[in-house]
Amino acid sequence: MSVINAPAVPEKLSWSGGSEPMKASYGKLMMWFFLLSDTFTFSALLVTYGMIRFSNNAYTGVLEKFYFSTTHWPVPDEVFSALPFLHGIEAPLIFVGIMTFILIFSSVTMVLAVEAGHRGDRADVEKWMLWTILGGFTFLGSQAWEWTHFIHGPELALAAKDATGKAIEGANLVRNPYGPPAFADLFFFITGFHGTHVFSGVILNILIFFNAATGLYERRGHYEMVEKVGLYWHFVDLVWVFVFTFFYLV
Amino acid sequence: MDSQTQVNGGKVIAPAKTAVIWRTFWILLALTAVEFAIAFTMPNNRYRIAIFSTMTIVKAFFIVGEFMHLKHEVKILIWAVLFPVITIAWLLVALLLEGGAH
Repeated sequence: MSVINAPAVPEKLSWSGGSEPMKASYGKLMMWFFLLSDTFTFSALLVTYGMIRFSNNAYTGVLEKFYFSTTHWPVPDEVFSALPFLHGIEAPLIFVGIMTFILIFSSVTMVLAVEAGHRGDRADVEKWMLWTILGGFTFLGSQAWEWTHFIHGPELALAAKDATGKAIEGANLVRNPYGPPAFADLFFFITGFHGTHVFSGVILNILIFFNAATGLYERRGHYEMVEKVGLYWHFVDLVWVFVFTFFYLV
Repeated sequence: MDSQTQVNGGKVIAPAKTAVIWRTFWILLALTAVEFAIAFTMPNNRYRIAIFSTMTIVKAFFIVGEFMHLKHEVKILIWAVLFPVITIAWLLVALLLEGGAH
């Protein structure tokens, strides 16, 4: 950051090293470009979802009479309508809503940790990092529950029938009781890819917490690592906002 | 609460400035709440999809702009990130529309 105060390098040489042309450190800049490449990956997944979804038949009847079948794409509300501990109660979208809230909230605690880092407040950095880690684990736990529920499938009376007229029990990559096989494939792949990101984010957050708690950043004189990992964590939150809209709402 | 400067181990620590962070949080929460209200009351059609897509981009603006601090970076960094994203968004829309998803 010394560039702002004293431009030691002439402007025409500013891309030749020794200064920060974008007023961001090398590490932060590279994190931005990594996230950009990750955006491409998730965009590819979302467009794949769109393509496969619209190449399948949509359900055309009234919503009240919706039924699961392998010949039409399911309505998301009907698939994701369960809550933990409340068996048999239909509550569409409530659980994913809670998961969205958890992730947005952990983004807030992360940005609070970054803010504490700017002030060199080690105790606050530790406190907010712990909250962020807790949020990450809660989200992963919720996702594990959601996957378990999805894999077990709905009650047999509601499940889609296979070619022989038998109800399909449980979801896997080959067949599922909700709709065409690709529906479960995309569910597993997109939420799984995002969940892997959350998992690596939690690991990074734990590392940052450990380094902050042992005083590494205090000795170093700055908390920029918190900022860089924070960028990654917010990105994971951002991807979930998109997955939430295009997988669960639309 | 944090109006006074606290002293931690002999080191002076400035008070926390969190007003903008919490304001952003409330905006995001309100937007998500509105999305829910729409999901439960409005029939699923192309207008609903357009509303949801717009609201998602507004949420992304707040997350990237405030939480990831991009709004306060230098212009060239903002565009270095934004331009590829706009291009990819155009590609997504083009692929879906050309693919017959409407």
